[in-house]
Amino acid sequence: MAKLQYERPLIQKLNTGTMNKFGTRTEYRPHTEIDGAKVEDLMKEFGSPLFVISEKTIRDKYNDANRAFKTRYPRVQFAWSYKTNYIAAVCNVYHQLGSWSEVVSGFEYNKALKSGVPGSKIIFNGPDKTVEELKLAIENSSLIHIDHLDELYTIIELTSEIKKRPKVAIRVNMDTGIYPMWDRFGFNYENGQAWDAINKIVLTDKMDLVGLHCHIGTFMLAPSAYGVAAAKLSELALAIRKKYGKTIQYLDMGGGFASKNTLKGSFLSGVDTTPPIDDYAEAITTSILNAGFLEEELPTLYLETGRALIDEAGYLLGTVISNKRLSDGRKATIMDFGVNILFTAFWYDHKITPAQEFSHYTENSVMYGPLCMNIDVVRENVTLPPMKKGDHVVVHTVGAYNMTQWMQFISLRPAVVMVDLQGKAHLIRKRETLSNIDASEEMPGYLKEFKL
Amino acid sequence: MKIKKNIAISDSGFIFNPSTGDSFSVNPIGLEIIKQLKEEKTSDDIKKHILKLYAIDEATVEKDFYDFLKMLEANKLSAENEKAN
Repeated sequence: MAKLQYERPLIQKLNTGTMNKFGTRTEYRPHTEIDGAKVEDLMKEFGSPLFVISEKTIRDKYNDANRAFKTRYPRVQFAWSYKTNYIAAVCNVYHQLGSWSEVVSGFEYNKALKSGVPGSKIIFNGPDKTVEELKLAIENSSLIHIDHLDELYTIIELTSEIKKRPKVAIRVNMDTGIYPMWDRFGFNYENGQAWDAINKIVLTDKMDLVGLHCHIGTFMLAPSAYGVAAAKLSELALAIRKKYGKTIQYLDMGGGFASKNTLKGSFLSGVDTTPPIDDYAEAITTSILNAGFLEEELPTLYLETGRALIDEAGYLLGTVISNKRLSDGRKATIMDFGVNILFTAFWYDHKITPAQEFSHYTENSVMYGPLCMNIDVVRENVTLPPMKKGDHVVVHTVGAYNMTQWMQFISLRPAVVMVDLQGKAHLIRKRETLSNIDASEEMPGYLKEFKL
Repeated sequence: MKIKKNIAISDSGFIFNPSTGDSFSVNPIGLEIIKQLKEEKTSDDIKKHILKLYAIDEATVEKDFYDFLKMLEANKLSAENEKAN
């Protein structure tokens, strides 16, 4: 007689009383493949933990966003937000789709150049641009988004040695009715700082003010705030036209659109609360179209959305290391991935599903990572089937920020693969090795030897 | 460990403790263990029984079995609880 499939014995107390009217969320349906590539095969070939990127999802999400904006507004240009995920293969998918690059550091700038992005199609944001980086950006005719007056004065100085007019925009921060207001970046709209910078740029006549930029926040669930921001930027562009006779060529609305992740403390899941990309597109384009631009002077709309385009394309595959019982009787599951590589576990209650078949019995558990640190909690409470050592899970919606903010702490960072449109997996970032880490270290001669 | 004598067990995995009014749900393997406990089988016999029925190694059964017994105790379903009460 064939033996039955084993499952850890479970007992759950049945509680009556008030509960969430939507019921508890239980993830027991296994997620066994990603775009045709079997999870088990991926882990066998590339190890555990493993990040997997779905190229199909990237393309689908991009095409959806592109459609949402281009069907509402005649001139739209996406620029891929490198900080969200700058693995070269990921960036190249966006570049193949027509995205420019949006970078926030010299490192990212050079990464974009190395990938073959023309300098004139790189938007250079951020408060930290060195003199050398600014020189390079001016020479390459990149779009420099000025963050503060010190940067503005540095560019003015550089124009005396570089015989090229820099193409610049200023970053504008403003009150759009949301909290917190991101006023640490750029020049404020309401108190006149933005005008101070604009006047300086125009009156020194050393550079071309080609655009206006804003980035009002992150994981913004209120598209209406973008409508306010677009209206204020449009008003500023029209006022510059009136005052100086200069046409602003583009308005860059930045990023910050929410993905389908569930924010910690949120009552409903992200799938239910995140506005569709069409809502953001409608709010932004309506504001610009109604602002009063002449048809031939309508600015190009630049978008730097990152998270909303990549988050759902990313998966993290991992393995159960152990199950244990906490002092208060709660079940705890220890995984082979933690906050070191899943940084977003600090912000989101990630959806986690088993990667193999189970019965419909489930249990609540705290999910910990493998680090020797108390903060290494992947989920404070997750309802999953009774998994045992060696079982696999799939963490969903991890494409944004994890592969850039991950830490090489205690252990080495995992490999990243991309599943192409035919279901074939390609290694796009190798698993780190000890020699990768050693390569950056130096040993002073007198410390080379020791006796124990 | 012995299980309380007055515990009601259904074939679908529904457990009722009449002395506290608490009810529980167990999965098939949990039910199997509870039934064996009710028949006053020893721990070794129960583990052997599980190993015979299911495709699993001895170490996992050992670990999970004792964890399950702890949970029965924590939920006041063991005869030891009865004595204590």
